[in-house]
Amino acid sequence: MAAPVKTTVDNPTSTVRNLTIGKALNLGLRAAMEADDKVIVMGEDVGKLGGVFRITDGLQKDFGEQRVLDTPLAESGIIGTAVGLAVRGFRPVCEIQFEGFIFPGFDQISSQLAKLHYRTQGEIKVPVVIRVPFGGGIGAVEHHSESPESLFAHIAGLRVVSCSNAVDAYWMIQQAIRCDDPVLLFEPKRLYHSAAAKADVDTAASPDPLFASRVVREGSAATLVAYGPSVKVCLDAAAAAREEGTSLEVIDLRTLSPLDLEPVFESVRRTGRLITVSEAQPESSITSEIAARVQQECFFSLEAPVLRVTGFDTPYPPAKLEEHFLPDLDRVLHAVDRALAW
Amino acid sequence: MSSPEQWTRPEPGAGPAATAAQPSPEQVIAGLRATAEGGAELTQLLTPEGERQPSRFDPYLADIDDAALRGLYRDMVLVRRADRECNAMQRQGQLGIWVPLLGQEAAQVGSGRALKPQDMAFPSYREHGVAYTRGVDFRELLGIFRCTDHSAWDFREHGFHPYTIVIGNQVLNATGYAMGQKFEGKVGNTDPDGKPSDTDEATIVYFGDGATSQGDVHEGFVWAAVYDAPVVFFCQNNQWAISEPTERQSRLPLYQRARGYGFPGIRVDGNDVLACLAVTRWALDECRHGNGPVLIEAFTYRMDAHTTTDDPTRYRLSDEIEVWKHKDPIERVRVQLARTGAADQEFFDQVQADADAFAAELRDYCFNMPDPPPERIFSAVYAEPSSALDAQREEYLAYLSGFADGGEQ
Ligand SMILES: Cc1ncc(C[n+]2csc(CCOP(=O)(O)OP(=O)(O)O)c2C)c(N)n1
Repeated sequence: MAAPVKTTVDNPTSTVRNLTIGKALNLGLRAAMEADDKVIVMGEDVGKLGGVFRITDGLQKDFGEQRVLDTPLAESGIIGTAVGLAVRGFRPVCEIQFEGFIFPGFDQISSQLAKLHYRTQGEIKVPVVIRVPFGGGIGAVEHHSESPESLFAHIAGLRVVSCSNAVDAYWMIQQAIRCDDPVLLFEPKRLYHSAAAKADVDTAASPDPLFASRVVREGSAATLVAYGPSVKVCLDAAAAAREEGTSLEVIDLRTLSPLDLEPVFESVRRTGRLITVSEAQPESSITSEIAARVQQECFFSLEAPVLRVTGFDTPYPPAKLEEHFLPDLDRVLHAVDRALAW
Repeated sequence: MSSPEQWTRPEPGAGPAATAAQPSPEQVIAGLRATAEGGAELTQLLTPEGERQPSRFDPYLADIDDAALRGLYRDMVLVRRADRECNAMQRQGQLGIWVPLLGQEAAQVGSGRALKPQDMAFPSYREHGVAYTRGVDFRELLGIFRCTDHSAWDFREHGFHPYTIVIGNQVLNATGYAMGQKFEGKVGNTDPDGKPSDTDEATIVYFGDGATSQGDVHEGFVWAAVYDAPVVFFCQNNQWAISEPTERQSRLPLYQRARGYGFPGIRVDGNDVLACLAVTRWALDECRHGNGPVLIEAFTYRMDAHTTTDDPTRYRLSDEIEVWKHKDPIERVRVQLARTGAADQEFFDQVQADADAFAAELRDYCFNMPDPPPERIFSAVYAEPSSALDAQREEYLAYLSGFADGGEQ
């Protein structure tokens, strides 16, 4: 086993400048592995290659082959053995290469990972983290651009979160690893290496709680709610709307299960209008759930029906068409116009 | 390759191997050597030096005269040339991604040419050479990699199922298809002379060495065995699953796994087109007879990156590639043709010219491929009409037509 490492995490200024989401995840993983030697990283190609997105770059070199496992190519195997390792006291962090490949592991996730704690009434804890790059916009072939998060949010016993910027990426991965429940972290792959999502990360700060949503831009005319890659789309839309004199509030949901909707209710009571944005197919999704709960809680505050800007109820199309499938700034603003015209 | 019984386990406490999750350097080197050699049980009919070896599979090559061998050579040269062209077109931004087959031409052309028209092939995503042998025009593959469609060819006409990207899925699908062939009585109809009838069917399914770790592949083996399904499991062991060597998937040579499921497994030199052709014909015959499944491990090597997004310098040694260059599948046929006088320089030049023309046509086609219209997103989601989806389409198209340019964004 290689000697433990020095990383940039504990540099004296405690602020790491200009991190992409990808690099922030890498540093977050390092910090978690240094803090607890029961944390192990496992998945396909996570070792020498550093994962196909290089999120685990250098970890095997620095922490050794027993803490960063290049596993056989089998998702049920990865998740099923992670469950066993967790029962034994480890804290496995599994990488799924692309969201479209999580399904061979779906059985282990839904049948074991999500239910062991409940089944044993707390005797067994399964602190497994599953990292899932998700979403479209990278011009990929089939199975590399999907948004299946609602399926997992629907499984009781799992916690599901998603980051949209480098600061959250750095903290959420560590908080997820520390959490005693199984957590799926949906990572917006198209922003991994994007300059637009770069941020300075203060590694000495105290982060927001993991299972809380957050207002990321204040406004008064309507509320936009999104998570993952769609947060940036909403922030861009809000900036564009401002030019035309419309003030939009943007909420980053951050946690998809459990949903933290109090800030959303509070916002809708002020703005009277809600638009939810997500790349996922709309039917039976997280955006459906938000719409249902908001009409229940904020019925008398609503000035317009809750509108949704989403992908369509089709399989993800060939990538040459994804610009149509994915919610973009224009579609968000179009929905805002409709809500305001009510 | 040594048999499992001869394998020695590390002494207890003998260094890091006892607890390490990865093999020791010695184990890796031993594995590499085995990797390059293929072992004593490798079926080879044409050596890397282009020498023809006698084999018990020779009866399956009775029709392979000089002209047929020239044909196999031509197939491989064309397929390689087209593969290189696609790789280059990806670099020029014309394709979103390319999955190179360089080095695997013999495994694909040999096994593909063993099939009969009534057979069905289930590919993974690298089987461009098999596609070619099934009469699928290379141009029909391009849409997938240019991301204009998911699968464009007529699978029934070609006996070639759509590509499958989720590792291992197609193994079960192929097994089910083969069960159907059997349920319909399309196997075991022997002629009076004991040969399978001309209409008996079989299925072949392609997957990689990495795929053998997936549950679907194991389940495919189980189903095929239990139902005597006429399916040939054709594993192209190209030594790597992206960055993970075969040693990350198995302790045992992969072909030996078949035994545990109760059907024959055989390792063939995947860089030897004659061996691949002969052994696959034998295996398909077994299926046609109703003798159930066969596992073929075609021992080969991926000479290029996993895909155009991969960086193999991070995980493999260039020495390894040098070793495998000497086993080039095309070169050995060329040497054999030249040595026996079955082909002259004029033939080789002509094949090269044909290959260049083939590639030029492909390039031309690719550069002129139109993007699909937005309504394609909504087409053929369901076999029965869906009014909900129709409404989504109408709403979106109306939204698009609201733009000044009528939605031609
Ligand atoms: C279920 C699933 N998991 C992960 C992937 C990502 N992936 C694509 S190809 C590949 C390696 C496949 O290796 P192998 O089976 O040996 O086939 P080869 O590409 O070498 O022909 C991986 C991990 C996938 N496509 N499907």
